Amino acid sequence: MKADPRGVLTGAHYIDGDFACCEGALAAGCRFIAGYPITPSTEVVERFARRAPLIEGALFIQMEDELAASIAIQGAVWAGKKAMTVTSGPGFSLMMEHIGLAAMTETPCVFVDVQRGGPSTGLPTLPGQADMMQARWGSHGDYEIIALCPNSPQECFDLTIDAFNLAEQYRVPVMFMMDESVGHMMERVIIPPADKIEVLPRRYTKLPPGEYLPFKPAEDLVPDMFKAGDGYRLHVTGLTHDFRGYPDMNAETQEQLVHRLVDKIRLNASKIWRYEETRVEDAEVVVVTYGITSRLAVDAIGLVRQQGVKAGMLRLIVAWPFPEKRIEELAAQGKALVMAEMNYGQLFFEVDRCARGKVPVILAGQGGGAVPKVEDIANKIMEAHRCRS
Amino acid sequence: MPVRQREKPFGLPKPETPHGEIIILEERCKGCGFCVEYCPHRVLVVAAKYNTKGYHPPEVQDAQLCVNCGFCRMICPEFAIYTYEPKTGEKP
Amino acid sequence: MSVLNELERASLSPSAGQTSPEKHPMDDFMRMDRMPHIWCSTCGIGVSVNCFAKALEKCQIPLDDVVVVSGIGCTGRVAGYVKVDSFHTTHGRAIPFATGLKLANPKLKVVVFSGDGDLVAIGGNHFLNAARRNIDLTVICLNNFNYAMTGGQLASTTPKGSVLTTSPFGSFEKPFNLPFLAESVGAVYVARWTSLHIYNQTNSMVEAMKKPGFTFIEILAPCPTIFERQQKFGDGLDRLRWYCDNSDIRNGASTKDVDIRLNERIVVGKFVDTDRPTYLDSMNAHYKEKLGDRYKPYEG
Repeated sequence: MKADPRGVLTGAHYIDGDFACCEGALAAGCRFIAGYPITPSTEVVERFARRAPLIEGALFIQMEDELAASIAIQGAVWAGKKAMTVTSGPGFSLMMEHIGLAAMTETPCVFVDVQRGGPSTGLPTLPGQADMMQARWGSHGDYEIIALCPNSPQECFDLTIDAFNLAEQYRVPVMFMMDESVGHMMERVIIPPADKIEVLPRRYTKLPPGEYLPFKPAEDLVPDMFKAGDGYRLHVTGLTHDFRGYPDMNAETQEQLVHRLVDKIRLNASKIWRYEETRVEDAEVVVVTYGITSRLAVDAIGLVRQQGVKAGMLRLIVAWPFPEKRIEELAAQGKALVMAEMNYGQLFFEVDRCARGKVPVILAGQGGGAVPKVEDIANKIMEAHRCRS
Repeated sequence: MPVRQREKPFGLPKPETPHGEIIILEERCKGCGFCVEYCPHRVLVVAAKYNTKGYHPPEVQDAQLCVNCGFCRMICPEFAIYTYEPKTGEKP
Repeated sequence: MSVLNELERASLSPSAGQTSPEKHPMDDFMRMDRMPHIWCSTCGIGVSVNCFAKALEKCQIPLDDVVVVSGIGCTGRVAGYVKVDSFHTTHGRAIPFATGLKLANPKLKVVVFSGDGDLVAIGGNHFLNAARRNIDLTVICLNNFNYAMTGGQLASTTPKGSVLTTSPFGSFEKPFNLPFLAESVGAVYVARWTSLHIYNQTNSMVEAMKKPGFTFIEILAPCPTIFERQQKFGDGLDRLRWYCDNSDIRNGASTKDVDIRLNERIVVGKFVDTDRPTYLDSMNAHYKEKLGDRYKPYEG
């Protein structure tokens, strides 16, 4: 269905990534944000606090901590709204338990992490990309999430809408992994008219109360949803539960439920993968990257091409589920791989695993605090090229 | 004191003490003893028999004493006992 | 191994699907396919659930609009047994979840039913702030003075001197005085009753649910398997007898004076019943003032 025009600020804007993310959420139909201030993500909620009172049905509340924010949005989802929360590294760590709850109860919601230098308090005002593994593995237990990485304010707008759509489609919490550079950079953002924006509505059940089983999956492994107050009188719990939602704590139910939660994403992964390839067809070295690093990697590729090394770039738009098949294909074609990210090795291990030892995989890592230098990435490309031959 | 002097104003019907029939759902009982202890008219006693879970449910020792106050129904943690007024069906 | 469908599994579980041949008048409020519940014999939680069912009947709020949210713990299991839309959330976070529910759909009547450790220890921050903001919630706190589900550890409401697994030589900490805490952070209705005071409990629940704003009821419940056993006190019935002999009903008492000390008389009653605009009322009034006609009052 089309976006609600009341939330869409159509036009050309000169705004930063945080503001664009907020506009994307509004365009996607998000009408509830519970947040807690943390640099560099605060601007997202500040923008929403300013916009919400003038949009019908929108409400912003600043909660008392990230724990409250991450679960208040789930309450809002179960009452029928689309909801999002926004944080950075330290807050993301606090939200982990509730990301697990959202995964277990299959609550569609969006968690925005504007990554900064870490660990711990780290570098509040400077970029980093070291939360990528945490986005996937941060909470305890087996579960799967979807993570997206924008690399520009325009993508912050566009991909936030996609994040909401994916959340509704698969009933998972979606991690929106920005970084401080993209969040605070100001660029031109074009917001199209509302009738050009596709928004996925929540898939509510059509069955009447009594017949509907809240956790019985449809063919795509995703159950239809209900909302509180519609007369279904159902129970939702974080304990391992059966189709009725009742706690049923034994190994068979665990297998039935948790295996499906994981399969929901794994078996549909090929439909969820999204990446952008630049000059990969004839490349001998492919730089795998995402977020702000990709904008430097593009320059690095140009630099090494001038020196005669054929390099290309694979930019991850959806980082989780990880595009294993594409990496395997590139490795099978004999292309050396360079993982350029602003950390000391996170998605690097995924690339390394997927290459299956067929090609050299080099990390062009850097601890954050400033965007990587083009020359550093270029040097790593050259090193990969040497290793290859 | 002659009865007539107590009937003021004259001709009003005498108040009837309500009466309740007691239903005990024995299999639900966990033998807590709250209903037996706190029935204001000592209608119930702890039975000697066991239910299938191994608890002693209450049993009615004198059904005439029950006034349908409903205290047993409300203090039972297991929803295992209730009373009703046989003429009107009222369940307090 | 074939995966059993949920009906087959339900029939395998020893306690599932066992409904009594006769019907109890309160059966419509309870998920009878999950009975019997897990609470111990002489535990006070079942009594409060019974009173809650009666209170819902008296309130005449449509059951489709009632939502129960609970945390983790013995009292946290209440959400699983009442036949309304119910949510069993994480430890300590029932109140912010309930806040999200209520603010997203103000027509819902949201009741938080949770234990003392869940609400004021791990969930203390949320309790404070929801009361401060006067979010329209009814919070029923069953206080059994310990963390019972995990085996009986010291809680922030444990009376000084109590022996529990993490205070094996008796606790030396000063516990919370919950009515005092609730009043000081801005709750508009504060009452305390024991499991014995069933009519008072029920009436308080009715009043609290009908009253807009953050309403709080503390119910002192016996915990036979854990608390009473570790104090070598007896079972829940012994504790109820003790409440009968040692509780004073003092409605309107100052909450400063209602501390609980082991083996001393306790004060119960309705302590606070005031009025304050709720969060949504304040929000609507404020934005109307600041934004004028551009603002449409938030209705959900």
